[in-house]
Amino acid sequence: MFHRESGYFKTSYKADMALYPLPIGKVAATGFVLLFLVVAPMVLDEYYLSIINIAAIAVVGALGLNILLGYTGQISIGHAAFMSVGAYTAANFAVHFDMPFWITLPAGGLMAAAIGTLVGLPSLRVKGLYLAIATLAAQFIIEWVLNHTPVISGGIQASIEMPRPVFFGTVLNTQSELYFFILPVTILAIIATLNLVRSRIGRAFVAIRDQDIAAEIIGINVYRYKLLAFAISSFYAGVTGVLYTYYFGIANYEAFQLPISIDYLAMCIIGGLGSVLGSIFGAVFITLLPIVIRVFMETVGVFFVDGVYLAQVIAQMRLILFGGLIIFFLVVEPDGLNKLWQNIRNYFRVWPFSY
Amino acid sequence: MELQFFIELVTNGVLTGLMYALVAVGFVLIYKSTDAINFAQGEFCMFAAIIVAGFMNLYGFPLWAAIAVGLLFMLVFNWGLERVVLRPMIGRPVVAIIMATIGLALIFRGLGPLVFGAETQPIPLPIPDQPIIWGPFFVSPIDLLGGSISIAFMAVFGWFFMKSRKGVAMRAVADSHQVSMAMGINVERYFVLAWMLAGFVALLGGLVWGSAIGVDTQLAQLGLKVFPVVILGGLDSIVGVIVGGIIVGVIEALSAGYVDPYVGGGTKDFTPYVLMIIVLMIRPYGIFGKPTIERI
Repeated sequence: MFHRESGYFKTSYKADMALYPLPIGKVAATGFVLLFLVVAPMVLDEYYLSIINIAAIAVVGALGLNILLGYTGQISIGHAAFMSVGAYTAANFAVHFDMPFWITLPAGGLMAAAIGTLVGLPSLRVKGLYLAIATLAAQFIIEWVLNHTPVISGGIQASIEMPRPVFFGTVLNTQSELYFFILPVTILAIIATLNLVRSRIGRAFVAIRDQDIAAEIIGINVYRYKLLAFAISSFYAGVTGVLYTYYFGIANYEAFQLPISIDYLAMCIIGGLGSVLGSIFGAVFITLLPIVIRVFMETVGVFFVDGVYLAQVIAQMRLILFGGLIIFFLVVEPDGLNKLWQNIRNYFRVWPFSY
Repeated sequence: MELQFFIELVTNGVLTGLMYALVAVGFVLIYKSTDAINFAQGEFCMFAAIIVAGFMNLYGFPLWAAIAVGLLFMLVFNWGLERVVLRPMIGRPVVAIIMATIGLALIFRGLGPLVFGAETQPIPLPIPDQPIIWGPFFVSPIDLLGGSISIAFMAVFGWFFMKSRKGVAMRAVADSHQVSMAMGINVERYFVLAWMLAGFVALLGGLVWGSAIGVDTQLAQLGLKVFPVVILGGLDSIVGVIVGGIIVGVIEALSAGYVDPYVGGGTKDFTPYVLMIIVLMIRPYGIFGKPTIERI
């Protein structure tokens, strides 16, 4: 019989927590992986691939921050600092010990996780505003230490040149070669996060976010899970930092300052707190926004703005749009782009017999 | 000689600290009465200063007129801000309000230079440039002016909160929204009042700091100095802000004077935060803050 569904009817917890909540999910996921791994590199040229690269790197970082902010409810304004920890660790390993990327990547992540756990320690005593300020302090302190310790940061301008990653004897030089290095890491991060949040650990995180006292009473060790959230989240941040270093070919603390932390917070908020898909939406959106503004200003804006000031105006417009979007989403749609997407999807899924 | 150097560092530190307190008091004011956390206080100061400097230098307004324009803008803007952005967000998690004010900060950082240009502009106040010399000590007049404005303002504020009807109502609102509603206080009106007062303080802070170090977007970095000050002093205490400000100012001056030569500069931006982390670990509610007992 030919008929349409009229809503979601899950009959077991298992079905509710399934990796693919809908049968079409499996098809869609496979389709996207094929699209990005096979079709995109054949169709797109270097420039577009480099944009996808940087968006994919941002996705990893946004996923990490969302685990902390969206799932566990702990704020961190020092996330970029964790990235710089990962970046410098990887750069030192690669330069001084000649390590390949499959060692530097987890090494950067683990070092960032260690520092992140340390920074997360105040979360055991304070929360909300105090935690925000403590992590903000961590951002400045880590930045200062990196900048003033030549042993770690190489000395001149506190930057280390990073060798290109080598994959089975092939040096990955161009953007299209880096693409096949960055994208699998991103896919791995997405799969890992999806599974993390439906595991015991993920449920503990959500319980702590929703009501920490209740979580403690049902037997969750709040201290341990809060620190675990900081560790996992900073591990992602560290990996993001390593990817950035490979992408730019240089490790420099200036690429990981406070505005970057705020960018990542914006990704989580605009994308949607506490959702994997939202992190991806947010990361892609925030990465593309400056590019779109630049293209727009270079085509339309030149009629209004003197060419000399164009770069300045673009930077300022970016800030204004960023701030405006953050406020807009917070006030109007706190669940972010993910919620918008769900609304659209749900509408068409049960159309025309919505229950 | 050594002692003289020390005393000079401390004097300058105290004056700078009082000027920090002027910025931080806006933050405390809002936190005290509305429970909202304003990460954009530094940007408020910057934007107020940019308006004043812009109207003086670009349109040739006299000082008082430019200040009037700045004041008008800050009051109207903060009124609108409370109505449009913050009122719908009452009762939302702390993180959401922090992010909203961060968004606001970004808007200010973009809007200021977009409207008035990105160059550093002076705010010429009618005071002498030469440092005042008292025996062996040098004090710059703008620091002295800033310090005295700060003290005078805190005194007025203290009176306002302790004695005036509106101030007492505001403290009641800060203490408990529900009880003050039940007592017939129009809570929402006091929220607006708190934000407008914060705008006024931001203008004062922006003026003093703007004429001390020049007006551009860098002025917004002041906002980052607010946090050590308020954490040290206690988030909801006016006295705490002054004490916290002085401590931060003195520590900065001392570390700049004694530690910088050994490590190559920059400790000034760093030591207040280290101190703050220690305070957060030991006494999170600060020196004068009200300890809130909450199990985490």
